[in-house]
Amino acid sequence: MLGSIKGMLVTLVSTFRKPVTDQYPNKPRQVEPRYMGFPALTWDHSVGEPYCTACMVCIRQCPTQCMTATMKDNPLHKEEKSSRRKIVDVFEINLNRCILCGICVEVCNFDAIVMSHEYEHSGYERNGDRVALDGLLEMGTTYQKKTNWVPPSELKKALKDDLALKKATD
Amino acid sequence: MTNHMDQMDIEHTQSVDMMLNMGPQHPSTHGVFRMLLRIDGEVVVDAEPHIGYLHRGSEKLCEGEQYHQVVTLFDRLDYISNFNNEWVFCRAVEKLMGVEVPQRAEYIRVILAELNRIASHLLFLGTFGLDAGAMTPVMFAFRARERIQGFFEAVSGARMMHNYFHIGGVKEDVPHNFNDLLSSLLLDLRKDVEECDRLLSFNEVFVARTKGVGEIDLETALDYGWTGPSLRACGLEYDVRKAEPYSIYNLFEFEVPVARDGDCWDRYYVRVLEMYESLSIIEQAFSGIPDGPVMALGRRLIRPPKGDVYVRAENPRGEIGVYLVSDGTDKPYRVKVRPPSFCSLSALRHLVRDTYIADAVVILGSLDIVLGEVDR
Ligand code: SF4
Ligand code: SF4
Repeated sequence: MLGSIKGMLVTLVSTFRKPVTDQYPNKPRQVEPRYMGFPALTWDHSVGEPYCTACMVCIRQCPTQCMTATMKDNPLHKEEKSSRRKIVDVFEINLNRCILCGICVEVCNFDAIVMSHEYEHSGYERNGDRVALDGLLEMGTTYQKKTNWVPPSELKKALKDDLALKKATD
Repeated sequence: MTNHMDQMDIEHTQSVDMMLNMGPQHPSTHGVFRMLLRIDGEVVVDAEPHIGYLHRGSEKLCEGEQYHQVVTLFDRLDYISNFNNEWVFCRAVEKLMGVEVPQRAEYIRVILAELNRIASHLLFLGTFGLDAGAMTPVMFAFRARERIQGFFEAVSGARMMHNYFHIGGVKEDVPHNFNDLLSSLLLDLRKDVEECDRLLSFNEVFVARTKGVGEIDLETALDYGWTGPSLRACGLEYDVRKAEPYSIYNLFEFEVPVARDGDCWDRYYVRVLEMYESLSIIEQAFSGIPDGPVMALGRRLIRPPKGDVYVRAENPRGEIGVYLVSDGTDKPYRVKVRPPSFCSLSALRHLVRDTYIADAVVILGSLDIVLGEVDR
């Protein structure tokens, strides 16, 4: 009898607690800064073009082979506005097949791809989740704006400079 | 009525055993598992487990993926304890390559893996209560598990399929607010676990449903290849973390809870006690976590030398083993997984014979199987 009463007490106490349930569709969940949503492509605002050069590294490393890309000569490079000789022409990720592993982000050398905070992607068409370049860039720019995104390579460089400075002053 | 009974020729009446299909979508089967029961009234005469509904060919798939991609497949084997699974594969490759993992990474791995053990046992506690007819504990257990999952999201970016343990360390250092998050989580978690414990463990109805049900003796359990909490419930103090300490487990002090009777309640309570032990391990690791790098290998292709290794580890469900054969290329030649759930499940037929149908549900729940791992 005692065991049940103890259990009942726990239930009784919890009656007065604040509910922990998220009212999901009405109130979207706040995700953590590191949250890995669907992959998206970033936009270089200083030049006005995507970071991606379609180098195919991420495409070869993706465990589900859900991406494709082709590259073209960068017109802005000829005008000497951009340092990128090649630039992405077509890019597509099949988000239905993506398993959100984050490998593509790890292997990219150009800060061109990020795991965005997007997680709602259901649709009515079978191929509706095959997102092409403009869609990916849109997701990416939203993410960049939301998180004040700084390219990871710049962060790393700043960190290194900091360390070097510290060493020099020590 | 009595007249009618008298008229019947009782000697020549026969009853035929009934076949009852349980699953594959039965809520108590925890995944897609089908049990064909031959019943005589309420009593199970025989049971035939059917597995394979979740077979994805993981072992074969591993042969087509590069080493760092295989980690994502291991995430999906036992999808309740992802970190533990990632860890055992990473350890196999590290052993083959002779890589020393940085101390900080080891501490992070231990903390996350033990948290995952608690999360897994909480899920077990909730659903096992549900199997025995208790509706409330599952709410409490999931609330606590959700805290852990939120913490995982903050650290690794994903709630379940993390891909956070890499060969040679972990993907990136923990976030800057890791210490605050973990200390508040530990405070909450201890309270939550105690609450769940108080709610269910000694409830008379629950004890009546589980005590003395599904008993198995140590000899039989060993014959079936049981490991982990289910085996410890039969009275053998065997834990890979103690028997063959891997990583940095020899630095921590913890007990291995053991029960005696090997019935459903013992299997349940061993797991509850294990949660407390895991909490203590996490606290010890948290206080001793050193600074330093978290990754031993640079960003280069992983190409272990030719050879093979066998590595085992203590998962929440028991001993998981990985046999890895490398032919010197960037993809494994063969990966064999020894899943703990599969071995526990193989004893099901032995356990449910001559019990009631309702008890069969409880017995299946007490084995704490994950079909992703059974079917692979
Ligand atoms: S996202 Fe990065 S790795 Fe992938 S094609 Fe573009 S530049 Fe290359
Ligand atoms: S997150 Fe993983 S599965 Fe998805 S596109 Fe990137 S590499 Fe491929």
